[in-house]
Amino acid sequence: MGRYVIRRLLWMLLVLFVISLITFAMEHAVPGGPFDREKKLPAEIIANLEERYHLDEPYWKQYALYLYDVLVPRITTEKPLSMMDETMVNIKLGGKYYLRWMNFGPSYSSRSRTVNDIIREQLPVSLQLGLLSMAVALAIGLPMGILAALKQNTIWDYLGMGVAIFGVSVPVVAMGPVLVWIFGVALKWLPPTGWGARPPYLFFFVPRDLFTWNFWRYALMPAFAVGTGFSAIIARLTRASLLQVIHEDYIRTARAKGLSERVVTTRHALRNALIPVVTILGPMFAAVLTGLFVVEQVFGIPGLGRYFITSITNRDYPVIMGTILLYAIFLVIANVLVDITYAWLDPRIRYE
Amino acid sequence: MAVSEAVVPVRRRTASLWADALFRLTRNKASVFGGSLVILLVLTAVFAAQLSPYSYSDQDREQTDAVPSWMTALFPTIKPYAKLSGQFPLGADYVGRDLLSRLIYGAQISLSVALAGPLIALFVGTVYGLISGFFSGRVDNLMMRLVDIMYAFPTMLLIILMMAFFRSAFSESEPGTFAYLMNAIDRRFGGMLFIFVGIGITAWMGTARLARGQVLSLREQEFTLAARAMGAGNGRIIFRHLLPNVLGPLVITVTLAIPGYIATEAFLSFIGLGVNPPTPSWGSMIADGAQAIRTYPHQAILPALALSITMFAFNFLGDGLRDALDPRLRGTQ
Repeated sequence: MGRYVIRRLLWMLLVLFVISLITFAMEHAVPGGPFDREKKLPAEIIANLEERYHLDEPYWKQYALYLYDVLVPRITTEKPLSMMDETMVNIKLGGKYYLRWMNFGPSYSSRSRTVNDIIREQLPVSLQLGLLSMAVALAIGLPMGILAALKQNTIWDYLGMGVAIFGVSVPVVAMGPVLVWIFGVALKWLPPTGWGARPPYLFFFVPRDLFTWNFWRYALMPAFAVGTGFSAIIARLTRASLLQVIHEDYIRTARAKGLSERVVTTRHALRNALIPVVTILGPMFAAVLTGLFVVEQVFGIPGLGRYFITSITNRDYPVIMGTILLYAIFLVIANVLVDITYAWLDPRIRYE
Repeated sequence: MAVSEAVVPVRRRTASLWADALFRLTRNKASVFGGSLVILLVLTAVFAAQLSPYSYSDQDREQTDAVPSWMTALFPTIKPYAKLSGQFPLGADYVGRDLLSRLIYGAQISLSVALAGPLIALFVGTVYGLISGFFSGRVDNLMMRLVDIMYAFPTMLLIILMMAFFRSAFSESEPGTFAYLMNAIDRRFGGMLFIFVGIGITAWMGTARLARGQVLSLREQEFTLAARAMGAGNGRIIFRHLLPNVLGPLVITVTLAIPGYIATEAFLSFIGLGVNPPTPSWGSMIADGAQAIRTYPHQAILPALALSITMFAFNFLGDGLRDALDPRLRGTQ
């Protein structure tokens, strides 16, 4: 197990390295400098800015600095200045020491805010919505798949799988606006746009009013819009996996021992049937992220996804690259964690 | 979905895999329904110019956001804002373009992605996987490590990155360069080339892995040895003997992936990295319509319906094809 984990972690570092290389190369292959404005800046100012952001260095050095800025945590005694505070993670360690980590650089279109300021403001909202969407996907998908498998070839099975094929066929792009119209505009049950939670958050992202209607009335629709599509995939996978397990010999043995049907399903069948479902969590994180880009736009939620779309329109490359790199780090780490969990649950995987 | 068990008569035993699959496919009501819808959509896309009453790009400034009167009955919330006009069958969008014509032309974009995605995945992936699996050893190791790295990439992020790059770096390139040529072709097809490239770059890895895995087991079997004993060369063995055997599972995989490609294109067009305006894509129409969802919901809901029905049809067809080609897989994924 230890060797497997180390191998996966090294693999993860390699992938992140390649992603950062591609990201950096593309950012610099794009014509136009970061400080091109409608009104041209004086040459001296541009020179100063370029020196400030190390843009006058050779590419390999810029890349090394960029990588260093993003990936390597450093402990310094420099006091963080509010305007120059460019790091994502900025913790006072005690005494005169500060921990600084992850600097994604300046934003081209927003002069007063760096990429890190933007991420710090917008990411918590996306995190809240993303976690809720995953909860919705699991809360609908698992019971639906289990029910369909246990009652195979009954009305429950057909109904569940019918709903599932509907779920995989309606993409978030279509689901979002339809939900807004039905529940937000026509029925007026929920506010069509906006977000209930306001900073400051507990632990960086937990809203203080998590248990109030004010939070949920904004969160319900977008979480369902992202979650339902993936719940269908979970339901189908759970059903297939459970059907396979139910016909195994050890289930027959358990029944032959005289165990009740409930114990056989929950203790013996479900436990093994849910192992393959863990593998779907990796793709689920990615799908939820993609869903967030759309849903935040449709529901007017001030998350990172929405800002990301805006920055694509504005061609604000540091924000695009910073967001992609940050999300890539999330996803790659999540995938490795899923792999490790899977190997831990199913020891056969480790020796492949 | 309900699948009627095909009663296979004895004489069908001599039928080839594909004839047998077609027989089973036509016995499956859900996939016949999906297939008919797909044929209907293909006809719509092919005859878009004949079917659509107006051009998809002509703007009528007098008619912006106009709706026919029956639409206010269907969407009562439009009433207070409606500019009633019977000129366009489904109304006009925010710059006065005919919605119906744009919906019809939108089918072209979705269906060309539905065609190109699987073809790229099948062609590139299969050739790559066959070569890798057939030669095995060091070639295989090297080729599969590349696939592994690509596979670990978050696909959608890679596509977004690629598209953002193409849309900016290539659009400002000098005449005479490769980038300029690519951009010119892309412009000619309303932005479709880069969408194909973006989807193609990420689509082939799954099929490559699958093809390789199949070949690894097949190349050890007797018929490969027999072919070699009769003097067949590598190329002949790969394409005449191995390829037909791996094609079944590959066709299933790429068919099941079609709704995903369609959703990807809609997503890209929605966030503004897909088709170039004024080319109509259902994704970009939804994005435009979502801006006015309170006042003119039909502008977003109609393309959303079109998109969902198309994905529905391909899902049914893909499920049916999987059941027909490999009945053991029924009910999985």
